[in-house]
Amino acid sequence: MATKASRSAARVMMAPAVILLLGWMLVPLIMTLWFSFRNYQPLRGGDLGFAGFDNYIRFVTSSAFWPAVVATLVIVVGALAITVMLGVLLAILLDQPMWGQGVVRILVIAPFFVMPTVSGLLWKNMFLDSVNGLFAHLWKFFGATPVEWLIENPFLSIIVIVSWQWLPFATLILLTAIQSLDSEQLEAAEMDGAPVLKRFWHIVIPHLSRAITVVILIETIFLLSIFAEIFVTTAGAFGTKTLTYLIFQRVLESQNVGLGSAGGVYAIILANIVAIFLMRIVGKNLDA
Amino acid sequence: MGRIVLDKVSKRFGDVEVIPPIDLVIEDGEFAVFVGPSGCGKSTLLRLIAGLEDVTSGQIRIDGNDATNLAPAQRRLAMVFQSYALYPHMTVRKNIAFPLRMAKLDKAEIDKRVANAAAVLNLTDYLDRRPGQLSGGQRQRVAIGRAIVREPAAFLFDEPLSNLDAALRVGMRLEISELHKRLATTMVYVTHDQVEAMTMADKIVVLRAGHIEQVGSPLELYRTPRNIFVAGFIGSPRMNFIEGAEAAKHGAHTIGIRPEHIAVSSEAGPWSGVVAVSEHLGSDTFFHIHDSGLAETLTVRADGEVGFRHGDRVYLTPRDDQFHRFDAKGLRIE
Ligand SMILES: Nc1ncnc2c1ncn2[C@@H]1O[C@H](COP(=O)(O)OP(=O)(O)OP(=O)(O)O)[C@@H](O)[C@H]1O
Ligand SMILES: [Mg+2]
Repeated sequence: MATKASRSAARVMMAPAVILLLGWMLVPLIMTLWFSFRNYQPLRGGDLGFAGFDNYIRFVTSSAFWPAVVATLVIVVGALAITVMLGVLLAILLDQPMWGQGVVRILVIAPFFVMPTVSGLLWKNMFLDSVNGLFAHLWKFFGATPVEWLIENPFLSIIVIVSWQWLPFATLILLTAIQSLDSEQLEAAEMDGAPVLKRFWHIVIPHLSRAITVVILIETIFLLSIFAEIFVTTAGAFGTKTLTYLIFQRVLESQNVGLGSAGGVYAIILANIVAIFLMRIVGKNLDA
Repeated sequence: MGRIVLDKVSKRFGDVEVIPPIDLVIEDGEFAVFVGPSGCGKSTLLRLIAGLEDVTSGQIRIDGNDATNLAPAQRRLAMVFQSYALYPHMTVRKNIAFPLRMAKLDKAEIDKRVANAAAVLNLTDYLDRRPGQLSGGQRQRVAIGRAIVREPAAFLFDEPLSNLDAALRVGMRLEISELHKRLATTMVYVTHDQVEAMTMADKIVVLRAGHIEQVGSPLELYRTPRNIFVAGFIGSPRMNFIEGAEAAKHGAHTIGIRPEHIAVSSEAGPWSGVVAVSEHLGSDTFFHIHDSGLAETLTVRADGEVGFRHGDRVYLTPRDDQFHRFDAKGLRIE
């Protein structure tokens, strides 16, 4: 963009996209901020006026808040642990030369294309169902009593569902990182007397560390806001009420838009803190 | 100790035989250089010795012991890679110490050996830097440092200087030669640069398409190349080859004469031609001569003061005792 004319032309042409994006983001953001300071309860008289920081205080002091934080953390940390560990293993596996590599890679990535709602229902009905689920059949085959997964192990169930969805993402990022590892480094380590596990620990893992950090941060941003998977499986029962779900309940079930909005603002702040770290790491990556 | 013996060693990748069965002995303490054109199997041969590739058939013995099926780490060989293959997330100190840590040496011993290696290689000031913060030559030295701390039976180098600029390359060439003199450890060195081969080697192994064309000291190869390939490969600029009537006069299919064995003058000589290009190096001048009726181009080396120009007619006098004669198959005729 060298000349003045071409620069202003570019601005004009970018304007629609920028305006649309800004509108899309700013309107809901400002509305959320606005409502969070109002005592707005549609079924109990509508907008009842300015509320100050009442909503913010009430949201964090309610008895449901800390359990929701814990539930969120359990799910996020659990899913992160599974996706990162399995992701590293799968990435190494997929990096090996093998027959049908292309097809296998597409298959591994497939779950990422399934909508969260659909994958939640899929798991609930096809795998976890205590009568007709695959696991139930498996348990019966070995003579065991089928487990009511969503009731007895609600966290495990949700973590497994979410991990299944996010494993492809982690695998993909880690696979590209592994492919950029110089094979001479591994050979040098081999000659230096490092057996397979030590090579993995001293060479592969350090090489992957940035990719792993990026996976963790991106996933955290998205996992903090998982909703559909919980909505269609436990609907927040059995202690699986996360922060997002709590916000949803405050707004739609208790019809307290102000309180829910305050929760939403907390969520925005939280996501932005993670995002700042992410930008720094990714930025560093690009510099190096 | 470090005597390496290859006994009918061969290597195939799928259907392609990259190395046909070859025999080779590298004596203890020797500096052996593998040279050959790109793709001739130099790296493959080195990797076979290192154990990074499995041999298809044959036996590799190191100090008399069968090493054919030993893991790379158990062969007591150290390798310096073309890309240096330093561990980017470790400091220079940790890079050099890595093989010792893997060998579970105690900390004091590791520190001592790392300090020694760093002193030998002028790396003491850089021990706490990462490879990314070093210049090419320094990285090269770290890679060598990582190799020497292990006190291996032999060093393997795969084109270690090819990523360096010309001046550094000369410097590192000397350093490696000095290191060899000091350690007196066997070194196997792969290069396609024949200056490196000539200056560093005790023994040069010339390879072509996996075959060993000739093994010998640099001067042996220079003076008595066994065939046209070796004659053309060793020596710079390349030997001139002449076929036809002129060769028949010497009772050969092809005769070869090196540029440095032809005298050039403006008055008289048995051969004549027109200067196409003259390359002035200061100390020497190389003339590329056309229209001699002997070969498309003849290369002649003359003193730096000789100043013929493009288009000048010159007369050439070859030294009669310096002709190399080859038969129709390209083999040397004594
Ligand atoms: N893993 C492999 N699979 C199949 N072919 C290979 C493999 N590695 C090497 N080759 C082939 O073996 C031949 C010798 O390769 P090598 O790397 O040893 O050559 P080189 O002499 O080191 O060449 P350069 O001077 O370019 O490094 C080449 O033709 C190459 O294509
Ligand atoms: Mg090579």
